Amino acid sequence: MSIADNTTMSRHGGSPLQRASAFFGGPRGIVWARLSLIVLAAVVLELYARLLANPTFFPPLTEVAQSLFDTVLADAKIRTAVLNAIWQITIAYGLSIAVGLALGLAVGWTSFGRRSTFPIILLLYAIPQVVLLPLFVLVFGLGAGSKIAFGFSHGVFPILVNVVAGMRNVNQLYIRGAQSMGASRVDLFRHVIFPHMVPSFFAGLRLGMTMTLLGVILAELYVSTQGIGYYTKVFAETMDPAPLYAIIFLLAVIAITFNEIVRIAERRFTRWKA
Amino acid sequence: MNGKEGNTLATRAIQVGFLVAVGLVWWALAANRMVTPLFLPHPEAVWRAFARLVSGGQFWSAVGVTLTSIVQAYGIAVVSGLAVGYLVSRSRYSTRLFEPLIAACFAVPITLFFPIFILVFGIGPASKVAYGAVYGFFPVALNTIAGFSGVGAHYVKAARSMGASRSQMFRHVLLPAAFPVVVTGLRISFFICFASVLGGEAISSASGVGNNIAHAAELMEPARMFAWIVFVIVTAIILNMVVSHVESRGREH
Repeated sequence: MSIADNTTMSRHGGSPLQRASAFFGGPRGIVWARLSLIVLAAVVLELYARLLANPTFFPPLTEVAQSLFDTVLADAKIRTAVLNAIWQITIAYGLSIAVGLALGLAVGWTSFGRRSTFPIILLLYAIPQVVLLPLFVLVFGLGAGSKIAFGFSHGVFPILVNVVAGMRNVNQLYIRGAQSMGASRVDLFRHVIFPHMVPSFFAGLRLGMTMTLLGVILAELYVSTQGIGYYTKVFAETMDPAPLYAIIFLLAVIAITFNEIVRIAERRFTRWKA
Repeated sequence: MNGKEGNTLATRAIQVGFLVAVGLVWWALAANRMVTPLFLPHPEAVWRAFARLVSGGQFWSAVGVTLTSIVQAYGIAVVSGLAVGYLVSRSRYSTRLFEPLIAACFAVPITLFFPIFILVFGIGPASKVAYGAVYGFFPVALNTIAGFSGVGAHYVKAARSMGASRSQMFRHVLLPAAFPVVVTGLRISFFICFASVLGGEAISSASGVGNNIAHAAELMEPARMFAWIVFVIVTAIILNMVVSHVESRGREH
């Protein structure tokens, strides 16, 4: 790739090395440099897998890509498992936003509420929730319930914390000013508090998405009798790693897509700030 | 957790009060059998199970396995994270080149790759160490990059114009400026290693604390499971308080 790009730059003169460094150092060049690194890494991985690695551990990327279509996507049951995971993430994230925002507003509304409940939220935030995973599965069962509940329990805290933190940052002068001009609670929220907490709120949404993904995936992997956990276990045990890598890469792409949706939404809603 | 709010006496009092309230509600629910003992065993049963655990030899060997794994994972994460982060931060170009790539990797839930760690490193502690180390690497590396590349250019220029050597520059300018950010990365990484090792043990393992919790759940022994869970949560809360205390002390200096 880099060779083809360099030829387009040849009219600038200089040695090939200078031209290459000028290209990769330019304003857009950094993106090309990053892409080249990724392509280089893929090529190195492919060569390593084909020439040196133990094929039961590291399948070549081309084989992984092939088994993504031949094995993973061709199997209706695996497709269902992946679709279920997407649904679980969506529901868990929706619940996290609804509850995190509602609780955050309730707690953050007054200074007393913030001071009395924020320590408790921080305390709960510090708990390694993963030790509760077996309990979640015991209570909510092996199906979607435990995965949604565990994803929610991960996703809700970052959103809650950031909503409260965002409301704390609102200048009291603005609130008093709006109140003295006769703003109702709804007006106050709509025109004063919400615009101020948007950056913090979206930071919470971003982290909340990362954590929801973590929670759902942890629960999916823990439950090995159905869903994605079952297939990762089966593929790992049959010593045929290509489909295992393929399903993991598929889920990684889904996770990246979820993260990107949140980032695009963030950019749209915070555009006025810039 | 951070700054003044996390450490005042009132905050601590509220937190302790909350824990006591949780204990009382638990006691009331369990004593009146309002929740099935399968999901919420009586605190006394949990205490008895905990006493049995500690008096048996299994407890300390499980704690030892988990603790060793956490320390190893954290050690690898810190050393590799500091080294990579510092090297990347050395030039503006490499920062711009590598930082987004490392951040993008961290945005993918690394938990997804856990089955590959099991495949490659087996079901023993090595897979949990590798998984925790990879997960813990990112916050250290990212915060080291942020810390060292965020040092104000005017400080560097001023020190250089006063004839600071390379080691003086590092010791007196770069390190003090980057230190708080790097320490935050170290703290985040520690708790990530802690949770990853336990989570890895719960998902797929033959030993360790996480495995014991999952095992107790599978055998439908809620008292034993709760004994482990409460033990880990109390340990984590104490660790968190100690770390945030040390960190806020360090900031005052």
